[in-house]
Amino acid sequence: MTMEATRYDDGSITYPGHPRGPGGSEPVETIDLSEYTAEIVTWTTSTATPPGVREPNHLAIVEFDVEGESVRAIGQLTTGDVETGDEVRPVYVDELRDPGAGIREPESQAWDGYRFEPV
Amino acid sequence: MERVAIIGASMTQFGHREGEWITDLLAAAGSDCLEDAGVDASDVEHLYVSNMTSGEFEGQTGVMNALVHDIGAIPAYTQRVDQTSASGGAGIYAAWQSIESGASDMTLLVGGEKMTHRSTAETTDIIASVTHPVEYNAGVTLPSFAGLTARHYLERFDAPRESLGKVAVKNHKNGVDNPHAQFRKEVDLETVLESPIVADPLRLYDFCPITDGSAALLFCPESVAREYTDDYAVVTGVDGATDTQVVHERADPTVMDGVVESGNGAYEMSGLAPADIDVAELHDMFTILEFLQMEGLGFAEQGEAWKRVEDGDTERDTGELPTNTSGGLKSKGHPLGASGVAQGVEIYEQLVGEAGPRQVDADAGLCCNVGGFGNCVITTIMEAAR
Repeated sequence: MTMEATRYDDGSITYPGHPRGPGGSEPVETIDLSEYTAEIVTWTTSTATPPGVREPNHLAIVEFDVEGESVRAIGQLTTGDVETGDEVRPVYVDELRDPGAGIREPESQAWDGYRFEPV
Repeated sequence: MERVAIIGASMTQFGHREGEWITDLLAAAGSDCLEDAGVDASDVEHLYVSNMTSGEFEGQTGVMNALVHDIGAIPAYTQRVDQTSASGGAGIYAAWQSIESGASDMTLLVGGEKMTHRSTAETTDIIASVTHPVEYNAGVTLPSFAGLTARHYLERFDAPRESLGKVAVKNHKNGVDNPHAQFRKEVDLETVLESPIVADPLRLYDFCPITDGSAALLFCPESVAREYTDDYAVVTGVDGATDTQVVHERADPTVMDGVVESGNGAYEMSGLAPADIDVAELHDMFTILEFLQMEGLGFAEQGEAWKRVEDGDTERDTGELPTNTSGGLKSKGHPLGASGVAQGVEIYEQLVGEAGPRQVDADAGLCCNVGGFGNCVITTIMEAAR
């Protein structure tokens, strides 16, 4: 399992990747963000969670620096005891929410992934 | 080219509508709107239905076909317009296009949603299904986007938490005078700030409720409008724009490019500037969204909308820019597909002088309808015909 971002021919990187990047740029390579640390841009603790999601659900938008290129990601936090600006690293979790509990077709997407843990 | 007029408006009671389902709500608003304008159903040439989730909530699809049949408008052309929470605004754009293009001389727009029969958790999940798989997998909800953005805004611009609470206080106060609003009850700042946390730092009263309801507008060329009434509104600017589906990919978390782009388009079409707008309906699904739209639409500089709220500029009876005179989504309620249409109903009523105790002095009004968390946005500017 990797936390796969995509670099495009204009130099930009997005997580997740898309068939085309900003302005229609072509994807050129993937980058595994799980090998990097990131900084918390903002965070929240959600207490009104949908079926199959842990409650409370600590969430953050984080920013990776990949060779000078900024890449943001959203994900669950391992703890709500964080501050904006904290450094975090991705840690693998085999199931982030119950695939069968919500409205989305379970076979349509992956359910494992990464949480962000303070370094 | 003839201008596009609005000659009728209606909305059902918003709130919990026990025993009434999506087709009932749509038919009620649609028929009331035709009656308001004095137009026969047989004169309707196009009929658009703004609706996000009748299939997901109720298992009822084809609601546009049902509505044409139920109100006796056969054989009018019909189409369901889905742009998530911006479906109503997208319906205004579609209705405007139908008249502007000459394809129709009488277009009825009806927006509606039936939601309250589902639990809050189920409803949250249905609405969150707009998200990308990486967002959905993390359990991200629309309220959690609001919490993430509100924290960033407050920290970055050194804005007081109370300023967000004052949006809720203002909109609840306005809703008291709206007979169709879900909540007609004032709340004080202390109540807002001590209500249960939903998505830290935002609390229960920072969020709109779950709502059943429907709203409608009737469009025609200005020459046709004059056959029916002297008091009508004219759509002088309308535009829509799209931002990233993945919210964290945006360059600045406090800028909704869809608001900026659609606003610029609407201003350019109308020839008006932000300072020319006398009254605004903004998509306050969450209190923080009122700040982001004020800034995106040029009513405040970036990071300074909270100051205008603190200064009272957005108050209905005393402010320079009365905002959400209807009570907004916050107090009036948010039946997804109906909300953008109901924003238009409020601006129409303000412009033709039918807003009753909510009436402000207005020649030009703006409504901004936001889908997802700024993913799709429609901005509409209307002016009084007089």
